[in-house]
Amino acid sequence: MSKTFMVVAETRDGKLRQVSLEALQAAELAKEDGDQVTAVLLGYELEGPAEELARCFQGRVLVVDHPDLKSYLAETYISALSQVLSSITPDLVLFGHTTVGRDLAPQVASRLQAGQISDVTAIENSGGDIIYTRPVYAGKAFEKKRLIGGSGIITLRPNNITPAGPASSPAEIAAFDYTPASSLRSVIKDVVRKATGKIDLTEAKVVISGGRGVKSAEGFKPLEDLAEVLHGAVGASRGACDAGYCDYALQIGQTGKVVTPEIYIACGISGAIQHLAGMSQSRVIIAINKDPEAPIFKVADYGIVGDLFEVVPLLTQEFKQALA
Amino acid sequence: MNIYVILKQTFDTEEKIVIQNGEILDDGVKYIINPYDEYAVEEALRLKEQHGGTVIVVSVGPDRTAEALRTALAMGADEAVLISDPSIRTDESGIAALLASYFGSQSYDLILGGYFSVDNGAGQVAVRLAQLLDIPHASAIVKLDVSGGQAVAVRDAEGDSETVEISLPALFTAQQGLNEPRYPSLPGIMKAKKKPFQQLGLNELGIDAESIVSKTERIELFNPPERKAGIILQGGLAEQAAELVRLLKTEAKVL
Repeated sequence: MSKTFMVVAETRDGKLRQVSLEALQAAELAKEDGDQVTAVLLGYELEGPAEELARCFQGRVLVVDHPDLKSYLAETYISALSQVLSSITPDLVLFGHTTVGRDLAPQVASRLQAGQISDVTAIENSGGDIIYTRPVYAGKAFEKKRLIGGSGIITLRPNNITPAGPASSPAEIAAFDYTPASSLRSVIKDVVRKATGKIDLTEAKVVISGGRGVKSAEGFKPLEDLAEVLHGAVGASRGACDAGYCDYALQIGQTGKVVTPEIYIACGISGAIQHLAGMSQSRVIIAINKDPEAPIFKVADYGIVGDLFEVVPLLTQEFKQALA
Repeated sequence: MNIYVILKQTFDTEEKIVIQNGEILDDGVKYIINPYDEYAVEEALRLKEQHGGTVIVVSVGPDRTAEALRTALAMGADEAVLISDPSIRTDESGIAALLASYFGSQSYDLILGGYFSVDNGAGQVAVRLAQLLDIPHASAIVKLDVSGGQAVAVRDAEGDSETVEISLPALFTAQQGLNEPRYPSLPGIMKAKKKPFQQLGLNELGIDAESIVSKTERIELFNPPERKAGIILQGGLAEQAAELVRLLKTEAKVL
């Protein structure tokens, strides 16, 4: 019997998020001939992202475009998605493991009385049985899981599956007629876009992280310069956050965020086990530390023993030349 | 105001994870209150200090979880409830159902929890619970103000902040940065021993194990391949910087 896969796609700053294309690809990995894929896009002024999404797979894009959905609010988004779910009965619903996906997926799971596997990093189809790999203890261990009966909800960690590329024939785009939610018990009062234009830490291809060795808030400046050259994001260790050098939003580790970029550059980070859990799945790890005995060197592919305030500006120069 | 905190006991974040026969070894492991749930406990205590009321901490877990609940009592919570039963073998959907059945007979204004647990890290139980109780919620909050049946919460949304106003009763999950949890004081620890501590099994909740079966199953558990130390570059710092960029291009092929 053919199955229906639903990918709940997301935009940020008016652009389609890459993790949504990765979720589409995850659906491709899980599906078999004859299975249907529907992508749902919720938000406001979605024409551009809907077209981009449609180019990347064969199936259908359902667009729920409404001013009420301009910013994420749990109640309005679940109301919109529930309306969609009353017209489609998907076997599998896939979300990005983003702030929105992490909040929306368990609401859907609860309403559908379904199982959910969160933060999936790999998918394999083993003779129709779909197996999901996910980290536990922030990546100190991994588990393989299945949804009993095969149906349920998945959230997919960004940066782990190749995004879906252009399809031979694009998906059709259909507008979904959304009835605004009535009797809401919550309302958005204000949205402060501090991160506009910045690359999200969990989606960044390059992460430059600072530890206690950056010594102050100003100490992050050379790291930011390097991040700009590499189109990367700046992160931090718990030590740097606890010392007040930066916002907790930057923290990488078992508390904080788990990142899996192509290049991870740890600057002035000793490498406590709780930090290593958050970054050791990065493809290439570079460590810069004054202390040659720092544990971070044990997991680094390349190490430079030296003062980050000397090394980082030199690296910025070198990368600038290499990428020119 | 009746403030409830749902919390989980987890391994200390400095613990290594050792797997034997498909299970994680817990010999000699140090346990803590899940750090995100600790922010929730602290926030509940601060709200009580401001507005008065009662703070009740609730957990689902094995008997050892009592220790985490006692820590919360020592921090200042008034009562603890441990839902524990050898026949509880379930996943997030079942845990949320158990909690929902407990809360079904309670009168609550606020339920606080952590954004996710540092062990399983799925971040489902609290949001599922809000759905089952049909109350509004806001997740990953970094600020919470309550007055007259309304709460104003600031959420962390990947670096942006969103301010949400919510009518009570409501559920909130705590993100890092919400507060700085207090340590239990010695008098607090002494007082904790005399505070009400209720243990509930499936019978007391009127639930049969069948109705909370797991909807997911684990097939395999493994440690990731261990990373090997690579090379420490040599020479002057400028040379090392140039060499690193060259290696990233030619050897690692990431540029």
